[in-house]
Amino acid sequence: MTDHAQRAASFVADDARLHWHDKAVWFVRNKRDVARSFVPEWEELRSLGSQIKAHTLSRLADYLEQFERNALAAGAKVHWARDAGEHNQIVHGILRERGVTRLVKSKSMLTEECHLNEHLEENGIEVVDTDLGERIVQLRREPPSHIVMPAIHLKKEEIGELFHERLGTPVGLSDPKQLTEAARGHLREKFLGAQAGLTGVNFAIASTGGVVVCTNEGNADLGTSLPPIHIACMGVEKLVPSPRELAVFLRLLARSATGQPITTYTSHFHGPRPGAEMHIVIVDHGRSAILAREEYRNSLKCIRCAACLNTCPVYRRSGGHSYGVSVAGPIGSILAPHVDAKKHAGLPFASSLCGSCSDVCPVRIDLHHQLFAWRGELAARGLVPVQKRIVSRIAAWVLARPWAYRLVGKLFRVVGPRVPNPWTRQRDLPPMPRESFRAQWRKRVQPR
Amino acid sequence: MSSRADILAAIRAAGPAELPLPDVTRLGAVRYPDLRDRFAKSVAEVGGRCIFVEGTLEEALAGIPEYAEARKVVALVPGVAKANVDLATVGDPHDLRDVDFCVLPAEVGVAENGACWIVRHGGANRAAAYLTQHLAVVVPSSALVHNLHEAYARIQIPSPGFAMWLSGPSKTADIEQALVIGAHGARSCTVLVTS
Repeated sequence: MTDHAQRAASFVADDARLHWHDKAVWFVRNKRDVARSFVPEWEELRSLGSQIKAHTLSRLADYLEQFERNALAAGAKVHWARDAGEHNQIVHGILRERGVTRLVKSKSMLTEECHLNEHLEENGIEVVDTDLGERIVQLRREPPSHIVMPAIHLKKEEIGELFHERLGTPVGLSDPKQLTEAARGHLREKFLGAQAGLTGVNFAIASTGGVVVCTNEGNADLGTSLPPIHIACMGVEKLVPSPRELAVFLRLLARSATGQPITTYTSHFHGPRPGAEMHIVIVDHGRSAILAREEYRNSLKCIRCAACLNTCPVYRRSGGHSYGVSVAGPIGSILAPHVDAKKHAGLPFASSLCGSCSDVCPVRIDLHHQLFAWRGELAARGLVPVQKRIVSRIAAWVLARPWAYRLVGKLFRVVGPRVPNPWTRQRDLPPMPRESFRAQWRKRVQPR
Repeated sequence: MSSRADILAAIRAAGPAELPLPDVTRLGAVRYPDLRDRFAKSVAEVGGRCIFVEGTLEEALAGIPEYAEARKVVALVPGVAKANVDLATVGDPHDLRDVDFCVLPAEVGVAENGACWIVRHGGANRAAAYLTQHLAVVVPSSALVHNLHEAYARIQIPSPGFAMWLSGPSKTADIEQALVIGAHGARSCTVLVTS
């Protein structure tokens, strides 16, 4: 079994819960389909999004320099980090120099990737995630299971219990509206008490030097309009050339993510607000290495909408935590092996290669092709478990020889159901046909 | 070498050949037969309320229960009788924590998504727009456009400065996908379209 399958085992063991999760996530995929149906030019928009990203990546260094120039002119400070460690040091340095001990954060998958919270907490800084879903998983001391809906794996009763313990809500309270109200009160105090606010970046505009942050709750806006310091952390791939291109991505993002035509708040930050300071931290952390690899380059187009997670039959039935990385699902499975191929060698196999991810991707990333490419590469690098390698070798040998295929088919129809097979742990094989397809076909074409 | 130089060098070395930038303006983007009607529907779909102002702004506001009940009111448009906070005199945005109602002007309204472009928000005190319990946005009907492409062609993004698309009230669906209006920001958002 791969690591993914092992981690998924406990999730899969609870059958009712598995189907509940599957349905909850599929519900979001359906909302995406409805939203998409209101945009007749949707497919063209996807192509534009893909081409704009391809162009931007082909001139990325120029655009980064242009962005930096304009961001500095707008009054922001710009920092560069080669990797997660440097990113964490920069953020901690900014906070330490200003004596900040209370930080509010809005959603940033990059800081999850860099494990910023742990680093800051070790250094005595209180970090409060303010997106409701993120706050829930933070209070549970677990990572998000989904990049847009961090607590999608939890039931309202579990959140009610957590809030009772941590926020003092009445025992047994599980109404989402009342729980959200409790969190609103709790987090308002955190916003008002914060000394600095940190946000991710959805898009960075090269021609203007601004960053754009999208939220529904308004947490990024409260976190940046009250404290005197705003730190925005972004991967190098977040750039778009100008506001004209930004329009394309804003039309794609929320529709693909949650089925909304746009997020409630789409904030354009150009420099700090009067009397405050703004820092932009630009992070590589392996992205330039992905850019150098042509077959995987497209993965840098990702705008983190999570449509590929929502549609993925494996994600829906194994849960985000089974991936063991901050970005789960198909996109996570092609990004993670770049960071550590050995550790994440199981992820490209957590797919049926059905291609649904590629079909819904708003920027047309060839996700299932990349998953397949990774499988080949991992095998070539000797990072695939030995059983899988042996089985694949045998299968290749058999499939290349029609006589062997016929023989094995005959054999398997008899002994197949009795061979121990990890696939049959949660499901049954269909009853074996008495005759092969070839035999049945021959009967139909040349009736006796 | 500095990290900046390192990163830029690594990206240049990764060097995919330059690919063309497609012309976004050639996209035939969605347009609606009835712009005002589509805008109003979009505002409703994102959880807001859309009112076409017939008489004075104050008359329209008076019909909003949250405005009628509000005690502390911030308004960045003229003609709001209950406005009693002058953002220019507020020294610390934290003092705005108990704002009940906030009225903001918008430069553009987008029919496809109900979003309004907010540029005038109080600058250093823009927290009012997020701390307020309820929000109203005033947009002239001549400022309505069909889609986001038309919108960006019309607006000027302030730099240095801050601007945003605002589409409906603050919301979340982080607990079992149940939509809850009023996450951290405004619990209601009324868009007032003036002629």
